[in-house]
Amino acid sequence: MSDDRPDQPPSDEPAEEPRQPSAEQPELERPEGEHRPQWRQTLAILLSNRAAAVGLVVLIVMVLTAVFADQLIRFPINEDNIANRFAPPSADHWFGTDDLGRDVYSRVVMGARVSLQVAAISVTISLVAGTLLGLIAGYRGGWLDTVTMRAVDVAFAFPAVLLAIALVAVFGPSLRNTMIAIGIVFTPIFARVVRGSVLSVREDLYIRAIRSLGASDGRIILRHVLPNVAAPVIVQTSLSLAFAILLEAALSFVGAGVQRPTPAWGLMLADAQRFIAQGWWLSVFPGMAIFVTVMAFNLMGDGLRDALDPRQRTLIEARGAGGGEDE
Amino acid sequence: MSDALVTVDDLSVYFPVGRRRDGTAVKAVDGVSFEIAKGETLGLVGESGCGKSTTGLALLRLVEPTRGSVTFDGIDVRELSARDLRRWRRRAAMIFQDPYASLDPRQPVGEAVGEALDIHDLHQGKQARRTRIGELLERVGLHPDVAERYPHEFSGGQRQRVGIARALACEPDFIVADEPIAALDVSIQAQVMNLMAELQRDLDLTYLFIAHDLAAVQHVSDRIAVMYLGRIVELADRIDIYRSPQHPYTQALLSAIPVPEPTRERSRRRILLEGDLPSPMDPPSGCNFRTRCAEVFEACGRVDPALAPVTDGHEAACLLHHDQGQAVERSHHPDAREHQKA
Ligand SMILES: Nc1ncnc2c1ncn2[C@@H]1O[C@H](COP(=O)(O)OP(=O)(O)OP(=O)(O)O)[C@@H](O)[C@H]1O
Ligand SMILES: [Mg+2]
Repeated sequence: MSDDRPDQPPSDEPAEEPRQPSAEQPELERPEGEHRPQWRQTLAILLSNRAAAVGLVVLIVMVLTAVFADQLIRFPINEDNIANRFAPPSADHWFGTDDLGRDVYSRVVMGARVSLQVAAISVTISLVAGTLLGLIAGYRGGWLDTVTMRAVDVAFAFPAVLLAIALVAVFGPSLRNTMIAIGIVFTPIFARVVRGSVLSVREDLYIRAIRSLGASDGRIILRHVLPNVAAPVIVQTSLSLAFAILLEAALSFVGAGVQRPTPAWGLMLADAQRFIAQGWWLSVFPGMAIFVTVMAFNLMGDGLRDALDPRQRTLIEARGAGGGEDE
Repeated sequence: MSDALVTVDDLSVYFPVGRRRDGTAVKAVDGVSFEIAKGETLGLVGESGCGKSTTGLALLRLVEPTRGSVTFDGIDVRELSARDLRRWRRRAAMIFQDPYASLDPRQPVGEAVGEALDIHDLHQGKQARRTRIGELLERVGLHPDVAERYPHEFSGGQRQRVGIARALACEPDFIVADEPIAALDVSIQAQVMNLMAELQRDLDLTYLFIAHDLAAVQHVSDRIAVMYLGRIVELADRIDIYRSPQHPYTQALLSAIPVPEPTRERSRRRILLEGDLPSPMDPPSGCNFRTRCAEVFEACGRVDPALAPVTDGHEAACLLHHDQGQAVERSHHPDAREHQKA
């Protein structure tokens, strides 16, 4: 060693240290602070946002309503009772009765099951298909990306409702075809969101670092790209569920969706418009059900956007955990 | 050198610019050749943007070279199939400059280390895997029970240790360390350097150690290569390069380092580099460095000097020392004799 070189800075690590597993190693380091699993932090941030918390509670109530609809209804949903048509809300018929004398409350409750089911299944279709397309297009790039994104652009050129109606017209109106049509209409949204995120994640240094270990593309996509694009996908899912309920209502409204006598909210609203004069309750209750549910999904989507953003997380941690603002 | 583990020959990486293929390209690395002996540390230094990282990445084929060859222990790395390349990567690891960006934020650090084991089937069973992850974390000075924590919980130095543990998991022979301490607190830098030196000793590792300035690599390198604008301009033993730098660029870099000896420090004269770094898209004709060189003379604009021996084991790419291709009138240059004596 030549002595005209700058001195090495002092180190607090002994240069020669016997490394035995049993040897005491007081210098082993741990990060400071208490360890909390990531999902708990996300939940804590989500719930600290009051609007998102309200949305979450409403959605839980809605889901429970859908699941236990059979127990919650007070009358058979499709039993006509002409003698008792247009009965206003009462102790017996909480939401009144409709033009055929059916109990509106029971139909709204059962409608939760139909609407949520349509929303869940159609969004699942678009989530899976869109994510797959977006992943491949974004990760592979090249002509595959060009072709996929052209198709997406074409799909975006049509208003969602028109596209869905056109698809139902081709497939024929039924509950199943409504779900497929909505699923197809939403697929490009997911494809675009996923592709955009993949494009940025793909360039992240850790992807290169993992490739440098010898990881295959499959492993990189499944274990590293996918988890890192999950946040925008989850947000998009929540917002799409809201939009799916609206779209299903719109389709049913124009007769291209769920068919009578299935109690879908949109269909009930469509049928009620002819009887606005006979009873406000016919339209107000299904309308409110749609409004509240859509609102809840939107509020939660916004809350998730913040809660899943790692920058937000460190911000809140820096503030000493807790007080998320409703922005 | 016959015991070379890594031989790089005429390695070049050009990044095309813009969408059209009209030939314009960033010549990030332009005809670089060197060898690294087994167990050796080669320091690679140069200003920001001179192509150090790209050299390291191209060596491991994390960026595809445009030209040239890389031979690793007799293996022609550029000829490896995708599958063999993945397998080969077990032997050659990389440590990255930015410990914040080089770990997957959604992966617990133990899993980051464990993944390297999974990829190359380096463990038998869950229990053995956990034990091995613990060992590797301990090896770099982290407590084994931090395995399920996420990168954002760690300090920069600790994350860099995780990066090192992950690299070690593959049991590599060779590690490209790309400015591994540049992003760390000064107080942590020495710890990480010592750790890397210790690992080299214990595990018989070969390093390509990339750094910004000479001071950072001096005490860890056996030999040092100085890069400028995609080229290696000087390559020598770490003591030689310090005592008798041959290339004006190296001299300028060295003149910026304070000397701990008072007498020598007083006589130290800073050579300031004039002008800006030329664009790697359009490097100057002849010698790359001539636009900023204090000793530039007429031939520098015409002749592109290749890296050639000045003394035994000391190479430089400068017309002051040799005449590549064309005759050089050395006597015309007042400083020329001065340099030859050095
Ligand atoms: N993917 C890329 N596409 C286009 N140009 C690139 C790319 N990567 C690097 N470059 C360019 O190549 C040149 C060399 O970059 P490189 O990162 O290798 O420099 P470096 O010596 O490592 O610099 P630093 O000290 O800042 O890390 C720079 O001009 C850079 O802009
Ligand atoms: Mg670099």
